[in-house]
Amino acid sequence: MDKLLLLGDEAVAQGALDAGISGAYGYPGTPSTEIFEYVQKSNQAAERNVHRTWSANEKTAMEEALGMSYSGKRCIVTMKHVGLNVAADPFVNSGITGANGGIVVAVADDPSMHSSQNEQDSRHYGNFALVPVFEPSNQQEAYNMMADAFELSEKYKTPVILRLVTRLSHSRSGIIRGEIQKENELHLPDNPMQFMLLPATARVNYKNLIEKQTLLIEEAEKSKYNEYHEGKDKSLGIIACGLGYNYVKENHVEAKCEYPILKICQYPLPKKYITKMVNECDEVLVVEDGMPVVEDWLRGYLNDCHAIHGRLDGTLPRYGELNPKTLRKALNLEPHPIKEMPVIVRGRPPELCKGCPHRDTYNALNEVMEKYGKGHVFSDIGCYTLGFLPPFDAINTCVDMGASISMAVGAADAGLFPSVAVIGDSTFGHSGMTPLLDAVNSKANIVAFILDNGIIAMTGMQDSAVTGKIEDICLGIGVEKEHIHVINPLKSHHEENVKIIQQEIDYNGVSVIIPRRPCIHIAAKLRKKK
Amino acid sequence: MKKDIILAGVGGQGILSIATIIGYAVVQSDLYLKQAEVHGMSQRGGAVESHLRISDKEIHSDLIPHGRSDMIISMEPMEALRYLPYIKNDGWLVTNSNPFVNIPDYPEMDELYKEIETHKHSIIIDGDGIAKDVGSPRSMNMVILGAASPFIALPFSMLEDGIRAVFGRKGEDIVNKNLEALLRGKEFTENHINK
Repeated sequence: MDKLLLLGDEAVAQGALDAGISGAYGYPGTPSTEIFEYVQKSNQAAERNVHRTWSANEKTAMEEALGMSYSGKRCIVTMKHVGLNVAADPFVNSGITGANGGIVVAVADDPSMHSSQNEQDSRHYGNFALVPVFEPSNQQEAYNMMADAFELSEKYKTPVILRLVTRLSHSRSGIIRGEIQKENELHLPDNPMQFMLLPATARVNYKNLIEKQTLLIEEAEKSKYNEYHEGKDKSLGIIACGLGYNYVKENHVEAKCEYPILKICQYPLPKKYITKMVNECDEVLVVEDGMPVVEDWLRGYLNDCHAIHGRLDGTLPRYGELNPKTLRKALNLEPHPIKEMPVIVRGRPPELCKGCPHRDTYNALNEVMEKYGKGHVFSDIGCYTLGFLPPFDAINTCVDMGASISMAVGAADAGLFPSVAVIGDSTFGHSGMTPLLDAVNSKANIVAFILDNGIIAMTGMQDSAVTGKIEDICLGIGVEKEHIHVINPLKSHHEENVKIIQQEIDYNGVSVIIPRRPCIHIAAKLRKKK
Repeated sequence: MKKDIILAGVGGQGILSIATIIGYAVVQSDLYLKQAEVHGMSQRGGAVESHLRISDKEIHSDLIPHGRSDMIISMEPMEALRYLPYIKNDGWLVTNSNPFVNIPDYPEMDELYKEIETHKHSIIIDGDGIAKDVGSPRSMNMVILGAASPFIALPFSMLEDGIRAVFGRKGEDIVNKNLEALLRGKEFTENHINK
């Protein structure tokens, strides 16, 4: 069969389509976005009319997926690691309701924070919600795991996490496809209490969830994704999780590894293998990309059970992405000769594109804010976060999706004047509407900029849920009509824009300013459409 | 056969097109391939890199280990130097000569070239000039790929097929200009080595 050249993300999407999903739900977020985009572009998905419209945020995506699962069909939910925080309420409870049609929550973590605010590890969520986790070590496994994850999901009526990391999500390799399964028929849950989490029924469902764990451990022990490789030298045993396994192998291309290696790609942990390794080896090195999750479980609080090495004792770096070099040192192998980067090489951080509408918005905002001094502008997640960097130095915070407006409200409550929020159109749709409602209800003295470039730009041009709806949403929430302004962020409108911004800062109440001009990456396409 | 290649440049300079073309060529053969890309925030005018690994044996890591890369192919001279910690002492460094200046403290050109030339095997080529010359300024990346092609250990025709496959949708004229750019890059390097 022909090989397909696919990103890890795309392999997940193809695997899900071949496993017979009826829907994909998600919100864009690097490095997960390409999973969903692949489903959107797929002819196979179009022919079957698989649901594939972006959701307003990860929470609604997870809940919509639960509805599809309730109805007996298979679906995938895609998001980045911090998106799982947004979806945490339905996700954690989905462990207790369990699944009817299979659900796989494909979450892409971002160790080293290439495009993220933190490097949280989604395996914690799996453990927290008592939900099994698959963690592929390569693209082919990512593809293969989808069919197995859906099967496990339906066999044990549990959602399953598929945990990716940036390097796998965004790395291409040849994939061989497997069997193509049919979609499930509509069928409601056999147990009418399954999705009912009233305290009395939730307690019953939670007991079931706990009881399932023994069986899930047995599944992990039988799993083809978890392997114990025997080794002669028992002075050290290596537990290698997901991508960490590749780095162990990479360092033994020239010389075979003499230590036993336990490859773990399916959780909960395969207890039988862990026990074997701890019993037969003097010391254990845990190699995992992301946080020291497995190491922490093994070590325990008292750390008096065994000599365990990893990120917590400094054998590997405590934070940041794993790579072959750092691991080589931990394996006591001879380092490769490495040249240094010449000192004349300067940093080159990302920047707002030439002609980007945000540039003009920040220029106007900066002019007005100059007299008030630094520290008044709360921002959010998107391209415009680059406004923190020179030459703009225009914003002061970036915490999570929607926090610009809520933090501006809190700061205004504390007496900060002016208190300004800067949020993008899609981020506003994701999590900005509810804080704007708080602002209106408490008559907070804020100016909220909703930067409307008509697209989700940072993640690569996905449709924004609020295009064409922003003014109506603001009016509906209760912002006064005369304090909602649409401005054109262009140099030629600079004076006029400065005047409007000043006027709204001077108004004591909630103002919304909507700088509207398409992202330059879609502007040409929009012109052609007209 | 095993080639580990770092592709370097600034967001928007077309390193992903190069990766796609080599990727297309390799996946048609029996060789293994892994290609790690940078997506998301860094693509906005920042430094970008792609790790490209080709081998006739299974490839484990998506990342090339430090000190093990066989070559750096760079669209920009300062970016070429950023990835020196990856290259082997005798690896090839092939770079565009033209700077992409979007930072205030960009180093002096002379110093950059001097630094590049201290590396044992290097090619500095005016990719933008040659691309303009063939009437397709945006094909700079193909000139650089052409200049690197004698060291990639893939038949030149495979790269040409890759260009046809990747640019095919854009019409014959664009395909031909990119093929021309590729060839001109290759000729430059051949002349350079034979000197």
